[in-house]
Amino acid sequence: MTGAFVVERWTTASRIGFLVIAFAIVVLVAAPIVLKAGTLDRLTALFIYVMLAAMWNALAGYGGLVSIGQQLFFGLGAYFTVRLADAGLNPFASTIAAALIVAGIAWAMSHFMLQLRGGEFAIGMWVLSELTHLLVNLDRLVQGETGTSLISMNVYDPDNRRIAIYLLAFGIMVALLGALYALLRSKSGAAIQAIRDNEVAATSVGVDVLKTKRILFVLAAFGIGLAGALWLCSALTFQPKTYFSVQWTAYMIFMVLVGGIGKFEGAILGALLFFTIETWFGGTGVWYLIGLGLAAVVFSLFFPKGIWGAIEQRFGITLLPIGYRLKIIGGAE
Amino acid sequence: MAPTVLGAKQVSKRFGALAVLDRVDFHVQEGEAIGIVGPNGAGKTTLMNVLSGTLTPSDGHVELLGEDVTASSAADRCHRGLSKTHQIPLPFLGMTVFENIYVAASHGAALTGEAGYELTYESLKLCGMLAIANRKAETIGLLDRKRLELARALATRPKILLLDEIGGGLTDAETSELVETIRELRRRGISIVWIEHIVHVLLQVVERLICMDAGRIIADGEPIAVMKDKAVVEAYLGRTPE
Repeated sequence: MTGAFVVERWTTASRIGFLVIAFAIVVLVAAPIVLKAGTLDRLTALFIYVMLAAMWNALAGYGGLVSIGQQLFFGLGAYFTVRLADAGLNPFASTIAAALIVAGIAWAMSHFMLQLRGGEFAIGMWVLSELTHLLVNLDRLVQGETGTSLISMNVYDPDNRRIAIYLLAFGIMVALLGALYALLRSKSGAAIQAIRDNEVAATSVGVDVLKTKRILFVLAAFGIGLAGALWLCSALTFQPKTYFSVQWTAYMIFMVLVGGIGKFEGAILGALLFFTIETWFGGTGVWYLIGLGLAAVVFSLFFPKGIWGAIEQRFGITLLPIGYRLKIIGGAE
Repeated sequence: MAPTVLGAKQVSKRFGALAVLDRVDFHVQEGEAIGIVGPNGAGKTTLMNVLSGTLTPSDGHVELLGEDVTASSAADRCHRGLSKTHQIPLPFLGMTVFENIYVAASHGAALTGEAGYELTYESLKLCGMLAIANRKAETIGLLDRKRLELARALATRPKILLLDEIGGGLTDAETSELVETIRELRRRGISIVWIEHIVHVLLQVVERLICMDAGRIIADGEPIAVMKDKAVVEAYLGRTPE
C-alpha cells in the first residue's frame, strides 16, 4: 500500500508566496537606508499591529477563545519593560525579558481562566485587565496615572535608536509569525483547528483540548506582551491608561474580523488595512472611529469570512497552506 | 471466557431530579459485538456518553481494560483504546476529510508524519472515502458524514468502538454498506457496542442484544430471545403479545 499515495503540504501559489515574502523581508530590512524617520516610525507601528492581529487571531480564530482583555498583556509588556529598565537592564533586552514574564503570568492565569466558557472568558479577561491596571497604578515608579518614561533609551542617538527599534520590531514580527505558522503546520495545528470547529469531537478523537488552548493562550500573551514593550520603546512614555485601554483589543478584533478570522493571511491583511485607514483618516477624529465601527458591522454581516476568506473562496488560492492534500498516484486504489 | 474490556458498575446519571441512568451494570468482553435498543429517552445515548467520558456519572464506576477511568477525560479514554461515533455527526467543518481523520491518527493513535498518513489513508480506504479525501467536510452529505465519523474513530486505533445510531437517517442500501465495514472491523478483533433503532440491521452484526427502558437494562442476552422477551415487547415495540 505504501507508495500508492503522497501527502502534499505546499502549493504552487505558496512557493511563489514564499519568494515574495523573502523578497519583502530583504526590502524591509534594507528600508532604513532610504526611508525618512516618520515613515520608519509608522512602519514600526504597522509591525506591531500585525503582531496584535496575528496573536488575537491565533487565540480567537483558531482556539475559539474570544478575549476582550488582551490589553492586559499589552500593558504588562510595557510595564515590565519600564520596571526592568529602571532596575538597570538594557532597555532592548528588557522588552524580551518583559514578554517572558508576561508569558509566565499567562501560563499561571490559564489554569483558571481556561475553565471559563464563551462570554465568561471574554468578560473575565477584561475584568482581570482592569484589575491589573489598578495594581500597576500602585507602583511608586509609575505614580498612578501620571506614568513614567523609558529614560534609559535616552543614551542612544535618536536616529540610531529609531532604526534599532524598527529592526527589532520587524525581527520580532517575523519570528512571531514564523513560530505561529510552524505551530499551525504541526500536529498541534491540526488539533487547534479541530478545537475551533468542534471541541466535543476533538476531545473524542484524543485531542487534549486544555493543553492545546494553553499553548495558544500563552503564545498570544507573549506576542502581545512583546507588542506592548515595543510600543513603549517607540513612544517612550508609559501612562497606564493608554496601555491598558480596551481600545487595543477593539483594534485587534477589527483587524481580524475584516481580514478574515481563522485565516493566517487574514490577520496580516486586516492589519495592513487598519494601518492604511488610520494613516489616511486617523486625523478625522471621531468620524474615524465611527467609520471603523461601521466597517466592522458591514464585514461581520456581509463578509463573515473577511477579505481573505472571500479571496480564498473566490480564487481557491492559499499562500501559506497549513493543510494536507492527499494525492493518489497512478490511479491506484 | 474472554476478558472484560469495558464495564459500567452500578452507574447512575441524574440531571436534577431526573434519573436518566439508574444503577446500570454492563460489561463488554473482548471481541464481542453488542447491540443496544430501547425507546427514545431510555438512556442509551447517556450510557454511551458516560462510557466514552463525555459525561461524568452521578454514581458508579466505569472500567476500561481493567482500570477505573470514571474520572478520566474522553481524550484519555481515547488514548487507552475507546472510540465513539456521534449520533449527530460532528465533523471538523473547516478541514478536509483527510485532515479530519489525520487529527484522529496524530492524536488518538499518536502517529504523525508518514505513519500517521498511512493510518489515515487506510481508514479512508476502509470507509470508501478516498475519492473525497480533499473535500472540505462542510461540503459533504449525511452518508459521508456518517462514514467520516466511522473513519475518524477508526484512525484512533480503537480496541472498543461505540457506535451511536450510525445508521440513523440512511437508506437501506446506504446502511448495508456501513454494515459491511463494521463487520470488517469485527473481523479485526475490535469490540463493538452499537445503539440502533433499525433492529434487523443490528442483528446482522451483533451476537448479544441489550434492551434499555427508563434508565435501566430490562433484557440482556441472545438477540432473538431478547426481542421475544415480554418486557421488551411491551416497552420497546409498544404492544401486548396475544
